Amino acid sequence: MGIIEVEDVSFTYSGSKRPALDHVDLSIKKSEFVILTGPSGCGKTTLCRCLNGLVPHFYSGDFRGRVLVAGLDTREHEIWELSQHVGLVFQNPENQLFCLTVEADVAFGPENLGLPREEIRRRVEWALKVTGMWELRHRPPHELSGGQQQRAAIAAVLAMKPEVLVLDEPTSFLDPAGAAEILSLVAELNKRLGITVLLVEHRLDMTSPYADRVVVMAKGRIALDGPPEEVLTSREARELGVGIPKVIRLYELLAERGLRLPEVPLSPGQMASLISEVVRCR
Amino acid sequence: MPIEVQYVWYTYPSGIEALKGISLTVEDRDFLVIMGPNGAGKTTLLKTLNGLIKPTKGRVLVDGVDTRHATVAELSRKVGLVFQNPDHQLFCSTVEEEIAFALRNFGFNEEEIKERVEWALETLGLEEYRDVSPLMLSGGEKKRVALASVLVWDPKYLVLDEPTLGQDYAQKEKLREIICGLLGQRAVIIVTHDIEFVVDFRPRPRVALMADGRIIAEGKAEEVLTDPELLSRASLVRPQVPEVLFNLREKGLPVRTDVLDLVEARDAIISLARGLA
Ligand SMILES: Nc1ncnc2c1ncn2[C@@H]1O[C@H](COP(=O)(O)OP(=O)(O)OP(=O)(O)O)[C@@H](O)[C@H]1O
Ligand SMILES: Nc1ncnc2c1ncn2[C@@H]1O[C@H](COP(=O)(O)OP(=O)(O)OP(=O)(O)O)[C@@H](O)[C@H]1O
Ligand SMILES: [Mg+2]
Ligand SMILES: [Mg+2]
Repeated sequence: MGIIEVEDVSFTYSGSKRPALDHVDLSIKKSEFVILTGPSGCGKTTLCRCLNGLVPHFYSGDFRGRVLVAGLDTREHEIWELSQHVGLVFQNPENQLFCLTVEADVAFGPENLGLPREEIRRRVEWALKVTGMWELRHRPPHELSGGQQQRAAIAAVLAMKPEVLVLDEPTSFLDPAGAAEILSLVAELNKRLGITVLLVEHRLDMTSPYADRVVVMAKGRIALDGPPEEVLTSREARELGVGIPKVIRLYELLAERGLRLPEVPLSPGQMASLISEVVRCR
Repeated sequence: MPIEVQYVWYTYPSGIEALKGISLTVEDRDFLVIMGPNGAGKTTLLKTLNGLIKPTKGRVLVDGVDTRHATVAELSRKVGLVFQNPDHQLFCSTVEEEIAFALRNFGFNEEEIKERVEWALETLGLEEYRDVSPLMLSGGEKKRVALASVLVWDPKYLVLDEPTLGQDYAQKEKLREIICGLLGQRAVIIVTHDIEFVVDFRPRPRVALMADGRIIAEGKAEEVLTDPELLSRASLVRPQVPEVLFNLREKGLPVRTDVLDLVEARDAIISLARGLA
């Protein structure tokens, strides 16, 4: 069984006419790195909310089917209990920060886990440093720039060291260098500690090199699911308005002119190596 | 007449110095993109343009009017600002009211309001949400309501803080179309981290880079966004197309690297392959 099992889940928010999730099935294995993408409004955030129990405990509505996270049925366990296994970085960082200082927000989770003081201190320091927030730790969150708030929200979740990390567009407010750093950090946690990652993203250029799978949703359903090289070269992905990374578009433009590369590149570095091999042995 | 930012300094009440002597001119039909690290002062700068923030030192002139001597409401008729975080902008009980709000304030007649609101709902793909509370929308949908609520009054200076936030590729292209339709008629000023969105504009914008409260460079996109030293000072990552070419150059292959365009890059690589063959 996967660490995340979404079984035939449908959800309609109270007062809404259309289901936000419509018979969703998704299974994610421990230590997988999965990207979730799809048009704005297709249900990505709602699916994330199902994984830590916000749906159906906090957001009311009509919930059908079953979600198991680390073996726990989300209907039968409280948000707090689930959050010890699943950390969710919210799409809007402001909604995640409620303490008087950044440091207090980052310490909040570990303190509630009842960890020893020294361990809390270590984790908070680590999380603040890797997100570039150490210098700003005494600042009130509402007096930060958008990107600084997002870094603080990420730090608050990382400090929990959850076994499943769900990140809802975690780089949308970050400068590109910061986004690259955070993504490589997440990839490292995934590789080194086996943390399972579900990353919601529209910008697949930076993220797809790290992914084992890309899942595309459309209108509350899972439309595509496969390795990035397959999904991102498919006609369906284009039709659904998925942003195809420039390296893949360049790969296709070159193929049209008869320059075929042996693999689908996911990063500029990989693409340059492939081109260099091909042109040198022509 | 232009917007003139003259040697502007700004210190937040808590003591943080966010702007340190910014000077910048936005001409009538300018197309300007501002990029730079988190905390550089971009949002603060944009808020000085419609008077939400008044400079601690220096001044901002909008068509000759000093922003210290005008209200935000007066300035907003000309300077339409879309906030970075849409939650700071949305307060009406339905999407339709939200989009009509400024038009009512500016005294547009009901017929014109109706026409413009319909246009905005349709253009930003929000028709099915017209009676829904903006609070009940997805992140990307909220941002589109915020965009619609400003685009709808067609300000002379359109100022967009992270307009692509939460948008999928198709929505970004839609937004690009709207912006391109305004170029040459209105001034458009965009703050964004989305470098691939910027490089796909034709014509390409002028780019200003900010870091630590200052403007550190200003010039053509082709020059600024391919310069390794500037990119690193502004916490930017080279766009994918020139990054491929740089990597090829590093492997000793003779290609140009100041290329942002996909088709140009394809041609450069094809001719490289022919040259070596
Ligand atoms: N709190 C809510 N109450 C009612 N409807 C909601 C609520 N939040 C989202 N919705 C609706 O549910 C659908 C799915 O929204 P969701 O936020 O899951 O989309 P998303 O894929 O995350 O979109 P985006 O990329 O724009 O963030 C949308 O139609 C949205 O309008
Ligand atoms: N309300 C506030 N009170 C005090 N300081 C603030 C406030 N808002 C922002 N700051 C600080 O002012 C500086 C500039 O912030 P600003 O929001 O202008 O940055 P930005 O360039 O827009 O960053 P981002 O890319 O993260 O949105 C930062 O150091 C930030 O912490
Ligand atoms: Mg979302
Ligand atoms: Mg900002």
